[in-house]
Amino acid sequence: MLQITCPHCGPRSEIEFRCGGESHIQRPGPPEDVSDAKWSEYLFFRKNPKGIHFERWLHRFGCGRWFNIARDTVSHEVVQEYPIDSLAPTITEKTR
Amino acid sequence: MSGYRLDKGGHIDRSKPLDFSFEGKKYSGFEGDTLASALMANGVSVVGRSFKYHRPRGILAAGFDEPNAIMQIEAGPHTIPNLKATGIELYDGLEANPVNAWPSLAFDALSINSWLSRFIPAAFYYKTFMWPDWHVFESTIRKAAGLGVSPKCPDPDGYEKHFAHCDVLVIGGGPAGLLAAQAASRSGARVIIVEHDPEWGGSLLTDPKQMDGEHSDAWIQKIVDELQEAPQTTVLNRTMAFGVYDHGLIGLCERVTDHLPISSRSGIRQRIWKVRAAQTIIASGAMERPFVFPNNDRPGIMLASAGETYARRYAAAPGRKVVVVTNNDYGHYCAQSLKKTGVEIAAIADARLQQNTSLPDQIDLNDYPVFFGTTVTNSSGRHRVRSAQLHEIDSAGKAILGRSRDIDCDTILMSGGWSPVVHLFSQAGGKLVFDAKVQAFIPTTCEQNIVCVGAATGEYSLTKNLSEAANVGVNAASKSGFECRAMAVPKITESEESSVRAMWQVDVSDIRSTGQKAWIDFQNDVTASDVKLAIRENFQSVEHVKRYTTLGMASDQGKTSNVNGIGVMESVLEKPMAQVGTTKFRPPYDPTTIGAFAGRRVGDNFGPLRALAAEQEHKEAGAKFDDYGGWSRPVCYLQGSESEDEAVQREAKAVRQGVGMFDASPLGKIEVFGPDAAKFLDRMYANTMSTLKAGQCRYGIMLDENGIVFDDGVLGCLKEDHFLVGTTSGKATAIAEQFEEWLQCEWTDLDVVTDNVTSAWSVINLNGPNARALLQKFDCTIDLSPNAFQHMQMREGRLAGVSCRIQRVSFSGELSYEVSVPWAYGASFWQALISEGEAFGVYPFGIEALMILRIEKGYLHVGSDTDGMTVPQDIGFGGILAKKKSDFVGRRSIMRPDAIRKDRRQFVGLETISGQTPLRVGAHIVSLGKVIPPIHTQGWVTSSVYSPNTAKPAALALVERGTERYGEEVQVWDLGKSRRARIVRPGVFDPEGRRLHV
Repeated sequence: MLQITCPHCGPRSEIEFRCGGESHIQRPGPPEDVSDAKWSEYLFFRKNPKGIHFERWLHRFGCGRWFNIARDTVSHEVVQEYPIDSLAPTITEKTR
Repeated sequence: MSGYRLDKGGHIDRSKPLDFSFEGKKYSGFEGDTLASALMANGVSVVGRSFKYHRPRGILAAGFDEPNAIMQIEAGPHTIPNLKATGIELYDGLEANPVNAWPSLAFDALSINSWLSRFIPAAFYYKTFMWPDWHVFESTIRKAAGLGVSPKCPDPDGYEKHFAHCDVLVIGGGPAGLLAAQAASRSGARVIIVEHDPEWGGSLLTDPKQMDGEHSDAWIQKIVDELQEAPQTTVLNRTMAFGVYDHGLIGLCERVTDHLPISSRSGIRQRIWKVRAAQTIIASGAMERPFVFPNNDRPGIMLASAGETYARRYAAAPGRKVVVVTNNDYGHYCAQSLKKTGVEIAAIADARLQQNTSLPDQIDLNDYPVFFGTTVTNSSGRHRVRSAQLHEIDSAGKAILGRSRDIDCDTILMSGGWSPVVHLFSQAGGKLVFDAKVQAFIPTTCEQNIVCVGAATGEYSLTKNLSEAANVGVNAASKSGFECRAMAVPKITESEESSVRAMWQVDVSDIRSTGQKAWIDFQNDVTASDVKLAIRENFQSVEHVKRYTTLGMASDQGKTSNVNGIGVMESVLEKPMAQVGTTKFRPPYDPTTIGAFAGRRVGDNFGPLRALAAEQEHKEAGAKFDDYGGWSRPVCYLQGSESEDEAVQREAKAVRQGVGMFDASPLGKIEVFGPDAAKFLDRMYANTMSTLKAGQCRYGIMLDENGIVFDDGVLGCLKEDHFLVGTTSGKATAIAEQFEEWLQCEWTDLDVVTDNVTSAWSVINLNGPNARALLQKFDCTIDLSPNAFQHMQMREGRLAGVSCRIQRVSFSGELSYEVSVPWAYGASFWQALISEGEAFGVYPFGIEALMILRIEKGYLHVGSDTDGMTVPQDIGFGGILAKKKSDFVGRRSIMRPDAIRKDRRQFVGLETISGQTPLRVGAHIVSLGKVIPPIHTQGWVTSSVYSPNTAKPAALALVERGTERYGEEVQVWDLGKSRRARIVRPGVFDPEGRRLHV
């Protein structure tokens, strides 16, 4: 069970949150201009990296707000929390 | 000859004798005994039968590592299977039984397996019972090869869960753990220290020392007292750390009342702790390894450390004449301390050569015969070992032909070297390396804030371990931000350990006893030859060998067998230990009660149901309740002696004749406010909402992003920037959450606020020709006349002085008012309707009658008449979608080639051609003619009832090209029987909808 720091409420146990999966996925549109291939990529294809993963979480049993985290999928270390509307940060050895 | 109680010594209270029974026979022990030590003191040698061969087995170990003494304790609801006798604290009246012996331990009918053993090697079951089917054999095999039996009745015990946070968690209450905890606690840090044993002190309980001139018992007591007095420190004995998870989360299981006689237990039995620790110190000690030699499983053959623990801690001598076999110094220490208790040492066989071994001065080699360069190669005896066969070994470890001696004994103590208990460290993600000096896997680094101290590091000097523990305790506290001074470490005299000679398996290939089985995993009956067979069959990875042979898969999880198994693999694969590696350690470290994980979430508390405001009124009206999406709701209201079916039919009829009232409170109600509210709803719903005027309602259909129909409901416009979204009862929370996800994550430019007000309003639905007349009896500020308030409109106002919202929407096809009042008025509004309604023939009706009414009308129910493949075109929304220009959730997906296929299954009605019984839901639609499965299915029945208002069955279905086929006859096939039916438009009652608009 991870410990995640909600930007609004502070560190809390994973059981209070819901994971929304990979973040920063651009929803393509308008629909008539989107190819089947592009749409299927948006719906189904995910990076699933070994290492830093940018993902969004909902503090479901807390403030009810969505936010982003950068999490190392090997160590489960949460390297950074950042607002839902921010771009993905650059993670280097220094920022960790 | 066997074990016996020593006259003096031990941590037992001889003034408190306790009676217990084992296999029906009465015995007695003392307070402080475990079941295992009490059995040993009573001279019981055979405590179990082995898993596969049903060989008689005795106690091997004294702790978590015990593989043989597996017990079923107590009977009836309190029975617990598969406990280790070494972990059961003796209490008065304890009843214990072996788990794998029939009819008795002394005579086990299945011990014939032992004679057949050469025919049942590893994977025998996989290979033999393939034909015709494993299930033919399964029940017999499970009976033969099994452990205890689970209780047949509900668990009468209580459990609970507890969350805790600390700066430093110390796992293990031996000398290193205690000192580390003391160091950390003195800094003021929040410390939790846990010990699975009832007593503190670990190895000092067996081997007390003079520490700073005082007895170690006094030293232990001082530290425990200090920790207990420290207000921010929690001290937990009888508590096992069973798992280490992410981000410093440790699972603990506290045994609160297990050590008490059942009659004197009260309160909860066990408590699970979920501790979030900033720093964790693992002081879990080390476990000794047995020797792998032919017939090493005879009762009376045990670990040397276990022999010493029984004799010194429990005053239960393991036997009267002992042979010690060792490959390290400990065997000699053990023999000495046993001799002091009065046990005769017949001989020591040390695998090391004398010239390579520098034993400390206090070891006197003249007390008893000591044979160097010698090891044990066989044992004799039946229900107890009677002699040990010792052989000299050559430099490669091979027993030399002709150089043997047999020594009479009743006990063989084995010291095959020590393995640090690295399970928890490994679970945390810590890396292990094989250390050649101590011949064991030892912990190195870990990404988490977890360190090992004491014997768990592979260092066995108490002096060194204590000074390291003091440092580690100070460091852990200071990493959590607490300052503390360095600790003084008690002075102890001890000598340097010398080397260990690796002895993974005694090599008997030259002395013609290779046909004899040498056990590695005692509990799962895995022998060295099984491991070799697996490797011959090309299972090379340690994980594969484990699963093929079941090595290390028993309830002891290979605590005594893992490293020896890897050692045997090393010699066969000719790969060093480090490359063979270990299997992954996983939680739990030791079996943990499932009831403790469940805690209080059992029975009605497992998934508490939500209650309606008028629940009591429903009960009084005869309601039968059931769980509908987490709400406890009336199925129907029973009158007199009628059956449930009769009640449902009566209710469905009454609604269309007079007026029915239905508690619709769980219907999802989400308010959507803001200048962009209409734009937002246009994006969330497949149809257009922005054209709604204040006071109007519209049926809305919602898709998921895959284009699949997700929910439907009625949306009402209160003002141009304020909407009330109705959802189905089960989806209210999910949809409120989806609204927020889209607003917060995708459309951050929209100025919208949402609020799930589902449980703020109690909703009662009045249906039927008399609905208006009944409502008009109330003092209401809303004009209810047909022209002022039309179908699909909504109004806000006051009803009998209480604020209300009324929507003219209908799921029954009747004139219908959905009246919402604040939740607190739900019950009184219901009562008022019942008393006012008498004159209008009012009846309450439940969900099942509502289902009949909507099926009669052909109204779709999302989830019943749609499935995970239904797109809106399939249910008649193709035209509306074609007109909508703007994007919405799921839009692109319903333009996929598959979504616009011509032969999709479409929502239709089915009319039965013969018979009055309803079609079966799930029955398949097939073409006419003889049905020989497998056959192409054109679809299936999705909803089906007997319609009391048309006096015939009514059904809805999803059928291929259904809407092009109205009037066509099909076959409806179900479990080998077919019936004729005709595809029709959905809705058999009032298809013109006249009753809606009165």
